[in-house]
Amino acid sequence: MAEKKLMYGNHAMVEGVLAAGCRFFAGYPITPQNEIPEFMSIRMNEEGGVFVQTESEIAAINMLFGASAAGKRAMTSSSSPGISLMQEGISYIAGANLPVLVVNVIRGGPGLGNIAPAQSDYYQATRGGGHGDYFTITLAPHSAQDLYEFPKLAFELGEKYRNPALILADGLLGQMMEPVEFSMTPVDPGSLGEREWALSGCKGRERRVVRSYDLKPGRLEEMNIERTEKYKTIKEKEQRYNAQYCSKADCIIVAYGTAARVSDAAVRMARQKGMNVGLLRPITLWPFPADILADLAKTTENFLVVEMNCGQMIDDVKLATDCRAKIAFHGRPGGGVPTPPEILEKIEQVLGGSK
Amino acid sequence: MKKLFGRPAGLTDTLMRYCPGCGHGIVHRIIGELLVELDIRERAVGIAPVGCSVFADEYFNCDMIQPPHGRGPAVSTGIKRARPDCIVFSYQGDGDLAAIGTAEIIHAAARNECITVVFINNAIFGMTGGQMAPTTLPGMKSTTSVKGRDIKKQGYPIKVCEMLASLDGPYYLERCSVHTPKNIIKTKKALKTAFTNQVQEHGFSLVEIVSMCPTGWGVTPVESKNYIEEAMVPYFPLGIFRDRSKEEV
Repeated sequence: MAEKKLMYGNHAMVEGVLAAGCRFFAGYPITPQNEIPEFMSIRMNEEGGVFVQTESEIAAINMLFGASAAGKRAMTSSSSPGISLMQEGISYIAGANLPVLVVNVIRGGPGLGNIAPAQSDYYQATRGGGHGDYFTITLAPHSAQDLYEFPKLAFELGEKYRNPALILADGLLGQMMEPVEFSMTPVDPGSLGEREWALSGCKGRERRVVRSYDLKPGRLEEMNIERTEKYKTIKEKEQRYNAQYCSKADCIIVAYGTAARVSDAAVRMARQKGMNVGLLRPITLWPFPADILADLAKTTENFLVVEMNCGQMIDDVKLATDCRAKIAFHGRPGGGVPTPPEILEKIEQVLGGSK
Repeated sequence: MKKLFGRPAGLTDTLMRYCPGCGHGIVHRIIGELLVELDIRERAVGIAPVGCSVFADEYFNCDMIQPPHGRGPAVSTGIKRARPDCIVFSYQGDGDLAAIGTAEIIHAAARNECITVVFINNAIFGMTGGQMAPTTLPGMKSTTSVKGRDIKKQGYPIKVCEMLASLDGPYYLERCSVHTPKNIIKTKKALKTAFTNQVQEHGFSLVEIVSMCPTGWGVTPVESKNYIEEAMVPYFPLGIFRDRSKEEV
């Protein structure tokens, strides 16, 4: 069995990034993710990697643009206001069809908000976030183990489809200590090989150009249509989720991240009381696991969406179920975290008292 | 017959779209020549800015990238740190470097990032149609200062070399111009130093080049050269502002 350690989620992520063979980090301090750059600065030094503390999140995402264009795995982490600043850069990187990893340890917003955990950046993450027609592959961890394992998955998906990938965590997941099993065989960065797009000097080959634009009439339209085809493939092949007790449930909770952890406790309480309640936890927020929800809506009448915001993912649940199901919502915005009894009460309302 | 003059191998065989009298073509040629003369073309990665010289990604015959407006020094940092063997140069105009990208250039200089920056100062936003730049001279007309830059309302120009010379970080800073053959030769010498500094892994080098924009200034090419001599150079004095090779001897 692999080694197991009690770790902060944010520290587990650093080990996961290194195990994924990434040796490039650039970032700017912001709470509640500071443990990532702090620990990363030590670990990158030990591993012979690059760590740059930047003058802003804008500089950080553009350093990633450069490092990825040079063919290297590159990541940054930040929290909500910092991620807003990165959106221009993410748009350029998506436009240039390059992979990078951006981690958003979400805090309460809008504006400066607070440093408590939140899920209020769901729309930003799943609708592209910046200008132009594009999407970012978005993973939602719900444990320190996920934080350790998801960077590798994010790099692999990002490189397979040549697209930026996001990990959407929150302050609670990042700062919670949990046992982490070091389950992955670390990737040797040297084994990753040369990328076909890498800017490395044109010795022995044609020169390469990395850019998001093309001024030839009609060419930008074609580029967007090609990218849309890519997104169609991602939606078909990469929907990921975890389903518990969902088959023929009377009510299915849909929640991700910390909201899913709390919902998990509520589901167990409800089932002890004899209620037939399931939990569907999206692992990919984009592509959203719409297919399984469409299937479940054939046999389940009631869905309860639990989010740490005013109601964002609920739109995707409605779209996925084609508004055929009854969809209730329980949300805690601005850094509020729901409790299991709160969710249990909502389940009881949805089912019209305990069944 | 012996060929005496031609396009250097550091430039692609592409017709440049720059206006008559524009300085970009001159600087492009100098860089194209240096990529060959210093034998760095096959190690080079160039950064094309946002502005008229966004087309540089088609003109330089080496690997190129086109980042967001002003972020050339950050993208350069990413490439150089990821691939220290590459020779990375960031080509930027005055809107790109001295307005929207002020933070990135200051911090790349402060870190003494081992890159070469080519900064074209023509005192105007060219591509967007002649608006006021951070380097537009007091009293100089632009489409957003039609009666001339009013220093009471629009403040003063930014002198980039002087500003960066206040930092301990940068290795080499020089201001040149391309309005006469003599100055073009000096500019080539400065750029050669700036690229050589990177080859020798010394650190951050920036060459500011005072350059003509007859279209943006609303004058003829000949008048634009005279304007540099009479107005630009007195405000932006030419010379070396930092050369740490001299300090370290």
